[in-house]
This record gives sequence, C-alpha cells and structure tokens, in this order.
Amino acid sequence: MTRALGLHLAVIAALLVAGFVLPAYHHTNVARIMVMAVFAMGYNIAYGTTGLLSLGHALFFAAGMYATGLGISLLAVPTGPALALGVVAGAAMACAVGLLALRTGGVSFMIVTLMFAQAGYLTLLYFGPVTGGDEGFVLDRATRAVGPLDLSADMPRYFAALALFAVALLGHLALTRSAFGRSMVAMRENEERSRMLGYNPFAVELAALTLSGAYAGAAGAAFAVMFGYVGASFAGVQYSILPLLYVLVGGAGTILGPFIGALVMFYLIDLSSLVTTATLFVTGAALLLIVVFAPRGILGAIRERWAPWLP
Amino acid sequence: MDFGPFLLLALMEGCVTAAVLALTAVGLSLVFGVMRVVNVAHGEFFMLGAVVAWFVTQAIPGPPWVAFLVALAVAPSVVGVVAVATDRLVLKRLNYDPEATIVATIGLLYILQQAALTLFGPDARPVPAPFSWRIQLPWFGWSGYKLFVIVAAVAVLLAVRALMTQTKAGLVMRATQMDRDTARAFGIDTDRVYAGVFALGAGLAAVAAVLIVPISQAHYLMGADPLLLSFSVVIIGGLGSLRGTVVAAVLIGLSDGVISVFFSPTLAKIIATLLVALVLVFRPQGLFGTKSP
Repeated sequence: MTRALGLHLAVIAALLVAGFVLPAYHHTNVARIMVMAVFAMGYNIAYGTTGLLSLGHALFFAAGMYATGLGISLLAVPTGPALALGVVAGAAMACAVGLLALRTGGVSFMIVTLMFAQAGYLTLLYFGPVTGGDEGFVLDRATRAVGPLDLSADMPRYFAALALFAVALLGHLALTRSAFGRSMVAMRENEERSRMLGYNPFAVELAALTLSGAYAGAAGAAFAVMFGYVGASFAGVQYSILPLLYVLVGGAGTILGPFIGALVMFYLIDLSSLVTTATLFVTGAALLLIVVFAPRGILGAIRERWAPWLP
Repeated sequence: MDFGPFLLLALMEGCVTAAVLALTAVGLSLVFGVMRVVNVAHGEFFMLGAVVAWFVTQAIPGPPWVAFLVALAVAPSVVGVVAVATDRLVLKRLNYDPEATIVATIGLLYILQQAALTLFGPDARPVPAPFSWRIQLPWFGWSGYKLFVIVAAVAVLLAVRALMTQTKAGLVMRATQMDRDTARAFGIDTDRVYAGVFALGAGLAAVAAVLIVPISQAHYLMGADPLLLSFSVVIIGGLGSLRGTVVAAVLIGLSDGVISVFFSPTLAKIIATLLVALVLVFRPQGLFGTKSP
C-alpha cells in the first residue's frame, strides 16, 4: 500500500515540478492531457474496474461541458458553482443512462450506450440556437476565473488541471482499495457468482457508472473553462472512443494507466502529425495493435512481468 | 401536391431506403448471428464499396451501365478480400472474443476511413447512374433507377435466403451458428466458415453501397449512418435473426422516409434512436422475438 501510494504521490510531484520547467507548448499539452486523463480514469472505473464496455462516455463528458458552459454563458452562474454543476450533470446523465442500459449486458450494453450518446449528440445539434450546434460557442475570458485564479492563463490553468488530476487519481486509488472497489472488480470477473454471494450487481454497476460519469463530467467542465470552448464535436462518437483508447493503451484496470495512455497517445499523434497527415490511421493502428498484441496495455504488462504490487 | 401523392412519394423513397438498409443490415446480422462478432466497421465496408464503385466507374470507359455492372462485381470482391484479411489477421487471433473484436473493429474503422481519405480525398463524388429512365406517374416523375435498386435488393436478399436454406454452404453456416464445437467435431472447417461469413456480410454492405451510390454520393465519412441504422434494424429484428432483420429494415426504412419528409430529419433521428435503444432495454430479444435464424 505505501509503495503504491508513494508511486502515485511521486507522479503528482513530478507533474508539479514539470509545471515550472516545461516549455510553453508542452505546458499546455500536459495540462490538456491531465484533464483528458481524468476523463479516461472515469472510463477506467466503468470499463477497467467494473467491466462495463461503454461507447457512450462522450455523452457524460459533454453533459459536464455543456452544464458548465451554458450555466456560465446563459444563466450567469459563477464559475466555481458552474464547475460543480458540470460534475453533477455528468453523474446524473450517467445514472439516468445506467438505469436503462444496465438492464442489458455485454454487447447490448455497448450498443445501447452508443445509441444514447448518438441521440445526445443529435439533440445538441437540434437545439443549435441554444447550444451553438456544430460550431459551439466560446466562453468569455472574463468568466473563466475562479476567485482570483484566472484559468485562461497558462500557470493557473496548469496547476488547476494538476489539482483536479491529483484528486481524481488519489480518489481512484482509494476506490480500488476499498471494499466497494473490490465488489466492482467482482462484477467484472463474474457477475453471476457475485450475485450468488449476495451482491446486487445492478446497484454496484449503477454506482460505478455514476461515479464514472462524475469523473467524465468533471473533465468536461474543466475542459470548457480551461480552454474556453464548448462544441458538439465533444459529444461525437470519437470522444467515446478516445478514453477507451487511452485506457487500453495504458492498461485497463490500472490506476495510472489512463494517464499513461493519454500521454502516450497524445504525443504519438502529435509526433506522427509532423511526418504524416494520416492521424486517423495512427489511432486505428494503435487500437488494433494493442488489442492483438498487448491486451493488458503498458502498465498491465509491467505489472505482470516486474511489479505485481502495482495497483 | 396533395397529401395522398405526397405520402406515396414518401413511401416510395422509403422503399429505396428500406431496400438498401435491408442488404446492409442482413450483412451485419449474419456476422453477428454466426460469429457473435459486433462489426463496428460494417459501415466502413459500406463506404469502401461506394468508393471502389467510384474508382471503377472512373476507370472504365463506355456506356455507364457497363461500368456499373463491373462495379457491382468488383466492389463486393474487393471488400470481401479486405474482410477475409481482417478475419485471418485480427479476429481469429482474438479468438472472436466479443469485447476484443469490438475494439479491433473500431480500429479497423479508423484505418479504413483514413485509407479512403488518403486515396479518395475529402470530397463527396457522384457516380453516374447506369441508365436514366423516368417513370411518369400522374402526380410526379420518379427515377426508374430507384425502382431498379429495390428490385435488385430484393433479388440479392432472395439469393441470400436460398444460400442459407437450400445449399450445403448455408447448412454449414447454420450448423456453425448453432454450435461451433459440435460443427467442428463433425469435420466442418469453422475457420473457413467464419472467414466466408465475414466476407459475405461485408460484401452485402458493399453491394448495398454500389446500388445507392448513384443516388447519394460517395464520401469517406458516409459509413456512420448505415452503421447506426443497421444497429437499429438488427436490434428491432432481434440480433442474429435474418427474417426479423428484413422485416425491421422495411419498417425502419419506410418510417424514416415518411418521417423525414413530414418532420425535421434530426428530430426524427433522435426519437428513432431513443426508441430503438429502449427496445433493446425492454425486449432484448427484439420486437419480433424470433431467436432462430
């Protein structure tokens, strides 16, 4: 336990130091990666820990993003409460979807979540006059501050992203170590057997999905305020696939996996865009190679070979 | 135009949608039924068929119907070869694990999209119809080619039905669907069956695309709609049930035609998507409740 906690605190400390030394370009990138890693951690709670293969997480991300964005721009909610609203919106959306989708299982769960997310995306387009439709809307710079912290400026944005990331990471670690986290793993490993042992799979999975939605909503809300843009493209199916990709690359079910996956894939696509415009190919090839040759992902492989204590 | 003829036009347009959708969805349903694989890249096979059809019609001089007939043969073959390669190189290695194959076909989706974007470009391109013949009804004129699409789709569907029920290949496929291990114990080469079924499913999507591409243009992102619509169809018809799939395709195609003529297409899509998701939630076996193929 102490070794694991130490490792995660060390990662947070390293990112803290990096906040002072990184050049401007990578500074912004890493801030963005940390927010996306929170999204991926949320996905990991559903897929990696509980075994729910969802293709609808963009809906939860967008729920957080739009609740915060529209709250600020339309209802003039102060930025701090608007961010909290985003978290609640993500969790509520996930809970609502879960109440219906969790009646199914396996492949049907994937299709149902995909279709709900598609309906959400189309709804954003349909209410274009309010949501800005495809083009989205830009948040006014003056509204992107929490108290004295101006989140549109580089330094505060980085450390706000880091704070969110740290809370999410340690929360994820604590969750996995808790009795509830273990019951989530039990659902992934064998739902029937857990039911026989007296667990209620529906309740555990619904709670896991809601928590997962809260993470996604928090990431969406933070993304809206930190980068000042809200758009329907964030509700599209590619934003459901991204966290899946990050989690698979980093290692499903590992705590640091989502962050490592986000970091690796972001820079892989960033670097490959220097030599080719075929970035879709990089994403597709990464998915295929991971699932065929390294189904446990980077951290999963490390855990298997060298560090069995890795959470 | 009066309401009556207007409704007739909507129904006729709906029949075209239904015909193409039935072909595409039967491909998806067949693959799911026999292999238990949800092919997320099925829409990209559709797109690939349309793109190949464009290349063929560009390459072949002479009257458009010659190029069209060649495309009708070449596109499903090319797509079938891609499908067999996918099955051999990827799906088989994953041992057809349901979740892993979903992830793998998502990867394939991106790769095929990128290939089309690189080789074909970002523009939508038209393919000439093989013939231009208009049916003149008392109220409006209608493209005779659309009628041909419906007839051709019905013919292909009947051929698929005959293949599944009358031939040895169909028997072998149905045996593999019922029990893979027993089929293997009786000497059936299930690896070949899987490759063949995957190619057949992809080829059906390609045929549907070749038929529709003279009406709607070829574009590298055109696969998303057929995929979601096919999902809707196989859900309502019952996953893996061919008869249910065709009935559901007609139902969805007709209602799609009627609703998008009379209401906002986006709103229609939202409602349809939600309804379909709810069908899967409350009646997982599909509306028709048929479990046999």
